Amino acid sequence: MIALLVRDLRLAMRAGGGFGLGLAFFLIVSTLVPFGVGPEAAILSRIAPGILWVGALLACLLSLDRIFQLDFEDGSLDLLATAPIPMEGIVAVKALAHWLVTGLPLTLAAPVLGTLMNLESPGHYWIFITLLIGTPALSMIGAFGAALTVGLKRGGLLLSLLVLPLYIPTLIFGAEAATRGTAGLSASTPLLMMAGITAGSIALLPFAAAAALRVNLR
Amino acid sequence: MELRVENLTVARGGVPVLEGLDFTLSPGQVLILRGPNGSGKTTLLRTLAGLQPPLTGSVSADPEQITYGAHADGLKATLSVEENLRFWASVHGISDIAPAVDGFNLRGLLERPSANLSAGQKRRLGLARLLVTGRPIWLLDEPTVSLDAASVALFADAVRAHVAGGGSALIATHIDLGLQAETLDVGPFKADVNRPRGDTHRDAYADFDEAFS
Repeated sequence: MIALLVRDLRLAMRAGGGFGLGLAFFLIVSTLVPFGVGPEAAILSRIAPGILWVGALLACLLSLDRIFQLDFEDGSLDLLATAPIPMEGIVAVKALAHWLVTGLPLTLAAPVLGTLMNLESPGHYWIFITLLIGTPALSMIGAFGAALTVGLKRGGLLLSLLVLPLYIPTLIFGAEAATRGTAGLSASTPLLMMAGITAGSIALLPFAAAAALRVNLR
Repeated sequence: MELRVENLTVARGGVPVLEGLDFTLSPGQVLILRGPNGSGKTTLLRTLAGLQPPLTGSVSADPEQITYGAHADGLKATLSVEENLRFWASVHGISDIAPAVDGFNLRGLLERPSANLSAGQKRRLGLARLLVTGRPIWLLDEPTVSLDAASVALFADAVRAHVAGGGSALIATHIDLGLQAETLDVGPFKADVNRPRGDTHRDAYADFDEAFS
């Protein structure tokens, strides 16, 4: 399993691997928003947590179809399926690799980009915490969507349509926790709800995704 | 480890392609699978490898004993030959890749990214993967495609060594490998699609496949 994780990380770092793609997208989205909304600091700082969350979510979506599609196309997925790693383990490792190359960099970059939107002082801390807890769920739900659509030509669009609605609860609680935290209110309820979603996704979705992969490999 | 197949029916896309298959692959045996294109050789191999369920019948071997060599080699273009091979070796818990490297004459290519390999070199690397799985039963689907005569001989040597060590191989191929082997022609087992079938399994699978297609 560690070999698979190392391979996926190595592939992501090599040419054409897509590392940094989501991060660059996130950077551009966060830069564009002040141009679109206008430079009023009050408005920007009020919408900043929400915008950062939506931006992170879309950036995450960008690289989802690579999770299984590339391995499916070159035949590795068949060989992995017959390897002594359980399919659930393959899904979990690949979701983890996706989080390490997408979710984690986004989480680290978000507080810095918050400055572009006049995010006020405790906000940096809250956007970091909420993304840190929430982005693993995004990767795991995304891996499930990718497993459902693997093997479809142009599956990326269908994948977005399938996955975006499933992201809504994470987005609501994540953005709400970040907004409340920034405003100095208690954020523990939405934060705990989001943590619950993340824990539930990690516990259950590998099994669902593995079942979907088995069907798609036939 | 013996592979015993009893009354097996395999299907592609819910439609049965081969039925009534009965054969045994014992340790030390090579079985050559023959049949025209589209006769269901790949479907049979995928079923035996556990990638798809059989329609009826049973396969006795544990999937953990089987390694499957498909049409696609499962190589990553941006990884070097050595990295590709080491990955599959460590997935299967094997640390020594030297026999595989020497067996398929890859020593001079180790540092090369797989993207820069020729088709035949890629195939050789794909076949070298078999040696790092450490599994006794090889199921190979047209392993000699794009190999030159010298590489085919290397492959035949690898199969001979594998069989001499108590392994076995089921090879779908159209050429003569020069191996001491028995032949299984799948032609007589072609499924009669129009024959009505009593089992409800088939309909269940057809619906299931349809839902995901």
